[in-house]
Amino acid sequence: MRYLTDRKRAEGKGASHTGTEHHWYMQASGAALAFLVPVFVIALGRAFGRDHAGVLEFFARPHVAILTGLVLFVAMRHFAKGATMMIEDYARGSTRKALIIAAISLSYLITATGLFALARIAL
Amino acid sequence: MAETKRVVRPLSPHLQIYRPQMTAISSILTRITGNGMIVGAILMVWWLLAAATSPGYFAFVDGLLHSWIGKIILTGSLWAVWYHYLAGLRHLWFDAGRGLEIATAEKLGWACVIGSVVLTILTFFFI
Repeated sequence: MRYLTDRKRAEGKGASHTGTEHHWYMQASGAALAFLVPVFVIALGRAFGRDHAGVLEFFARPHVAILTGLVLFVAMRHFAKGATMMIEDYARGSTRKALIIAAISLSYLITATGLFALARIAL
Repeated sequence: MAETKRVVRPLSPHLQIYRPQMTAISSILTRITGNGMIVGAILMVWWLLAAATSPGYFAFVDGLLHSWIGKIILTGSLWAVWYHYLAGLRHLWFDAGRGLEIATAEKLGWACVIGSVVLTILTFFFI
Protein backbone atom coordinates (compact mmCIF):
# COMPACT_ATOMS: atom_id res chain seq x y z
CA MET A 1 0.00 0.00 0.00
CA ARG A 2 2.72 2.44 0.94
CA TYR A 3 4.24 2.12 -2.52
CA LEU A 4 1.13 3.69 -4.06
CA THR A 5 1.21 7.45 -4.42
CA ASP A 6 -1.66 9.54 -3.07
CA ARG A 7 -2.69 10.35 -6.60
CA LYS A 8 -2.84 6.69 -7.62
CA ARG A 9 -5.12 5.90 -4.68
CA ALA A 10 -7.39 8.84 -5.42
CA GLU A 11 -7.81 8.14 -9.14
CA GLY A 12 -11.20 6.76 -10.15
CA LYS A 13 -12.76 7.49 -6.76
CA GLY A 14 -14.68 10.56 -7.92
CA ALA A 15 -18.38 10.55 -8.78
CA SER A 16 -17.72 9.87 -12.46
CA HIS A 17 -14.99 7.21 -11.91
CA THR A 18 -13.31 8.49 -15.06
CA GLY A 19 -12.01 11.86 -13.98
CA THR A 20 -12.82 14.80 -16.23
CA GLU A 21 -12.52 12.95 -19.54
CA HIS A 22 -16.25 13.14 -20.36
CA HIS A 23 -16.45 16.81 -19.48
CA TRP A 24 -13.31 17.57 -21.46
CA TYR A 25 -14.79 15.84 -24.52
CA MET A 26 -17.90 18.03 -24.27
CA GLN A 27 -15.71 21.14 -24.09
CA ALA A 28 -13.51 20.12 -27.02
CA SER A 29 -16.39 19.04 -29.30
CA GLY A 30 -18.38 22.09 -28.18
CA ALA A 31 -15.52 24.38 -29.19
CA ALA A 32 -15.36 22.66 -32.60
CA LEU A 33 -19.12 23.04 -33.07
CA ALA A 34 -18.89 26.72 -32.12
CA PHE A 35 -16.96 27.22 -35.37
CA LEU A 36 -18.86 24.73 -37.52
CA VAL A 37 -22.50 25.37 -36.63
CA PRO A 38 -22.95 28.99 -37.81
CA VAL A 39 -21.47 28.10 -41.21
CA PHE A 40 -23.63 24.99 -41.39
CA VAL A 41 -26.84 26.86 -40.46
CA ILE A 42 -26.19 29.28 -43.32
CA ALA A 43 -25.47 26.41 -45.73
CA LEU A 44 -28.58 24.50 -44.69
CA GLY A 45 -30.66 27.66 -45.02
CA ARG A 46 -29.44 28.07 -48.59
CA ALA A 47 -30.22 24.42 -49.40
CA PHE A 48 -33.68 24.35 -47.85
CA GLY A 49 -36.34 25.44 -50.30
CA ARG A 50 -34.50 24.31 -53.43
CA ASP A 51 -36.01 21.73 -55.76
CA HIS A 52 -34.64 18.17 -55.89
CA ALA A 53 -32.00 18.86 -58.53
CA GLY A 54 -30.92 22.02 -56.69
CA VAL A 55 -30.48 20.14 -53.41
CA LEU A 56 -28.43 17.41 -55.12
CA GLU A 57 -26.24 20.00 -56.83
CA PHE A 58 -25.74 21.88 -53.54
CA PHE A 59 -24.65 18.89 -51.45
CA ALA A 60 -22.46 17.55 -54.26
CA ARG A 61 -20.13 20.54 -53.81
CA PRO A 62 -17.01 19.24 -52.04
CA HIS A 63 -16.87 21.88 -49.29
CA VAL A 64 -20.59 21.54 -48.51
CA ALA A 65 -20.33 17.73 -48.40
CA ILE A 66 -17.25 17.86 -46.15
CA LEU A 67 -18.85 20.45 -43.86
CA THR A 68 -22.08 18.45 -43.57
CA GLY A 69 -20.22 15.22 -42.83
CA LEU A 70 -18.04 16.94 -40.27
CA VAL A 71 -20.95 18.63 -38.47
CA LEU A 72 -22.95 15.41 -38.51
CA PHE A 73 -20.13 13.37 -36.99
CA VAL A 74 -19.00 15.87 -34.34
CA ALA A 75 -22.56 16.89 -33.40
CA MET A 76 -23.69 13.28 -33.02
CA ARG A 77 -20.72 12.40 -30.79
CA HIS A 78 -21.46 15.56 -28.77
CA PHE A 79 -25.12 14.48 -28.56
CA ALA A 80 -24.31 10.91 -27.51
CA LYS A 81 -22.12 12.13 -24.64
CA GLY A 82 -24.50 14.94 -23.67
CA ALA A 83 -27.52 12.61 -23.66
CA THR A 84 -25.49 10.18 -21.54
CA MET A 85 -24.96 12.97 -19.00
CA MET A 86 -28.69 13.63 -18.85
CA ILE A 87 -29.56 9.92 -18.51
CA GLU A 88 -26.98 9.49 -15.74
CA ASP A 89 -28.69 12.31 -13.85
CA TYR A 90 -32.23 10.89 -14.05
CA ALA A 91 -32.06 7.09 -14.44
CA ARG A 92 -30.49 4.28 -12.46
CA GLY A 93 -29.45 0.65 -12.83
CA SER A 94 -30.51 -1.30 -15.91
CA THR A 95 -32.77 1.49 -17.17
CA ARG A 96 -29.77 3.79 -17.19
CA LYS A 97 -27.64 1.30 -19.12
CA ALA A 98 -30.40 0.57 -21.65
CA LEU A 99 -31.09 4.27 -22.25
CA ILE A 100 -27.39 5.10 -22.67
CA ILE A 101 -26.97 2.25 -25.18
CA ALA A 102 -30.06 3.48 -27.05
CA ALA A 103 -28.77 7.07 -27.17
CA ILE A 104 -25.34 5.99 -28.45
CA SER A 105 -26.91 3.67 -31.02
CA LEU A 106 -29.28 6.36 -32.25
CA SER A 107 -26.42 8.83 -32.67
CA TYR A 108 -24.37 6.34 -34.72
CA LEU A 109 -27.43 5.37 -36.79
CA ILE A 110 -28.06 9.01 -37.67
CA THR A 111 -24.36 9.55 -38.49
CA ALA A 112 -24.18 6.46 -40.71
CA THR A 113 -27.44 7.27 -42.52
CA GLY A 114 -26.37 10.87 -43.11
CA LEU A 115 -22.91 9.87 -44.39
CA PHE A 116 -24.51 7.25 -46.69
CA ALA A 117 -26.87 9.87 -48.13
CA LEU A 118 -23.99 12.33 -48.56
CA ALA A 119 -21.82 9.72 -50.29
CA ARG A 120 -24.65 8.89 -52.66
CA ILE A 121 -25.21 12.55 -53.50
CA ALA A 122 -21.61 13.72 -53.67
CA LEU A 123 -19.80 10.79 -55.27
CA MET B 1 -31.48 4.18 20.13
CA ALA B 2 -32.18 2.72 16.73
CA GLU B 3 -35.94 2.65 17.32
CA THR B 4 -36.21 6.29 18.35
CA LYS B 5 -39.53 7.77 17.33
CA ARG B 6 -39.27 9.30 13.90
CA VAL B 7 -39.63 13.04 13.95
CA VAL B 8 -41.71 14.48 11.15
CA ARG B 9 -39.29 17.02 9.83
CA PRO B 10 -40.12 19.65 7.28
CA LEU B 11 -38.86 18.68 3.84
CA SER B 12 -36.45 21.05 2.22
CA PRO B 13 -38.07 23.33 -0.34
CA HIS B 14 -38.00 21.89 -3.82
CA LEU B 15 -38.78 22.92 -7.40
CA GLN B 16 -42.50 23.48 -6.77
CA ILE B 17 -41.76 26.05 -4.09
CA TYR B 18 -38.75 27.89 -5.46
CA ARG B 19 -39.38 31.02 -7.43
CA PRO B 20 -37.97 30.26 -10.89
CA GLN B 21 -34.50 31.72 -11.13
CA MET B 22 -32.70 32.75 -14.28
CA THR B 23 -29.66 30.60 -13.52
CA ALA B 24 -31.75 27.43 -13.05
CA ILE B 25 -34.05 28.10 -16.02
CA SER B 26 -31.18 28.88 -18.40
CA SER B 27 -29.42 25.71 -17.23
CA ILE B 28 -32.35 23.35 -17.78
CA LEU B 29 -33.09 25.03 -21.14
CA THR B 30 -29.56 24.12 -22.23
CA ARG B 31 -30.31 20.46 -21.52
CA ILE B 32 -33.77 20.53 -23.12
CA THR B 33 -32.57 22.26 -26.29
CA GLY B 34 -29.46 20.08 -26.55
CA ASN B 35 -31.38 16.83 -26.34
CA GLY B 36 -34.42 18.12 -28.23
CA MET B 37 -32.31 18.94 -31.29
CA ILE B 38 -32.18 15.21 -31.99
CA VAL B 39 -35.62 15.65 -33.61
CA GLY B 40 -34.24 18.25 -36.00
CA ALA B 41 -31.19 16.05 -36.70
CA ILE B 42 -33.39 13.06 -37.56
CA LEU B 43 -35.53 15.20 -39.89
CA MET B 44 -32.47 16.67 -41.62
CA VAL B 45 -30.87 13.28 -42.21
CA TRP B 46 -34.20 11.86 -43.40
CA TRP B 47 -34.46 14.78 -45.83
CA LEU B 48 -30.90 14.11 -47.10
CA LEU B 49 -31.62 10.39 -47.44
CA ALA B 50 -34.79 11.16 -49.39
CA ALA B 51 -32.83 13.49 -51.69
CA ALA B 52 -30.28 10.72 -52.27
CA THR B 53 -32.99 8.15 -52.98
CA SER B 54 -35.47 9.50 -55.55
CA PRO B 55 -37.30 12.67 -56.65
CA GLY B 56 -40.61 11.23 -55.45
CA TYR B 57 -39.32 10.41 -51.96
CA PHE B 58 -37.66 13.83 -51.76
CA ALA B 59 -40.91 15.57 -52.72
CA PHE B 60 -42.69 13.69 -49.91
CA VAL B 61 -40.19 14.54 -47.13
CA ASP B 62 -39.57 18.07 -48.43
CA GLY B 63 -43.33 18.65 -48.51
CA LEU B 64 -43.59 17.36 -44.94
CA LEU B 65 -40.89 19.79 -43.78
CA HIS B 66 -42.60 22.66 -45.62
CA SER B 67 -46.01 21.91 -44.06
CA TRP B 68 -47.07 24.06 -41.12
CA ILE B 69 -46.17 21.41 -38.55
CA GLY B 70 -42.81 20.88 -40.25
CA LYS B 71 -42.17 24.61 -40.17
CA ILE B 72 -42.99 24.78 -36.46
CA ILE B 73 -40.55 21.93 -35.70
CA LEU B 74 -37.82 23.45 -37.89
CA THR B 75 -38.26 26.92 -36.37
CA GLY B 76 -38.13 25.39 -32.89
CA SER B 77 -35.00 23.46 -33.85
CA LEU B 78 -33.38 26.62 -35.22
CA TRP B 79 -34.08 28.45 -31.96
CA ALA B 80 -32.77 25.41 -30.04
CA VAL B 81 -29.55 25.50 -32.08
CA TRP B 82 -28.97 29.18 -31.26
CA TYR B 83 -29.96 28.86 -27.61
CA HIS B 84 -27.72 25.83 -27.09
CA TYR B 85 -24.97 27.61 -29.01
CA LEU B 86 -24.99 30.69 -26.75
CA ALA B 87 -25.49 28.62 -23.60
CA GLY B 88 -22.57 26.41 -24.66
CA LEU B 89 -20.32 29.43 -25.07
CA ARG B 90 -21.47 30.58 -21.64
CA HIS B 91 -20.57 27.15 -20.28
CA LEU B 92 -17.05 27.43 -21.67
CA TRP B 93 -16.80 30.87 -20.05
CA PHE B 94 -18.03 29.49 -16.71
CA ASP B 95 -15.62 26.55 -16.97
CA ALA B 96 -12.77 29.02 -17.34
CA GLY B 97 -13.81 30.29 -13.89
CA ARG B 98 -15.27 33.55 -15.19
CA GLY B 99 -18.73 35.15 -14.98
CA LEU B 100 -19.77 33.20 -11.91
CA GLU B 101 -20.88 36.18 -9.79
CA ILE B 102 -24.68 35.93 -9.38
CA ALA B 103 -25.44 39.25 -11.09
CA THR B 104 -23.18 38.40 -14.05
CA ALA B 105 -24.49 34.84 -14.32
CA GLU B 106 -28.09 36.13 -14.43
CA LYS B 107 -27.21 38.68 -17.11
CA LEU B 108 -25.53 35.95 -19.16
CA GLY B 109 -28.71 33.85 -18.81
CA TRP B 110 -30.82 36.68 -20.21
CA ALA B 111 -28.23 37.17 -22.96
CA CYS B 112 -28.75 33.52 -23.99
CA VAL B 113 -32.56 33.78 -24.02
CA ILE B 114 -32.79 37.15 -25.82
CA GLY B 115 -29.78 36.46 -28.04
CA SER B 116 -31.20 33.15 -29.25
CA VAL B 117 -34.49 34.79 -30.28
CA VAL B 118 -32.64 37.60 -32.06
CA LEU B 119 -30.36 35.14 -33.88
CA THR B 120 -33.38 33.04 -34.93
CA ILE B 121 -35.10 36.10 -36.41
CA LEU B 122 -31.85 37.21 -38.10
CA THR B 123 -31.44 33.75 -39.63
CA PHE B 124 -34.93 34.03 -41.13
CA PHE B 125 -34.27 37.47 -42.56
CA PHE B 126 -30.83 36.93 -44.01
CA ILE B 127 -30.91 33.37 -45.29
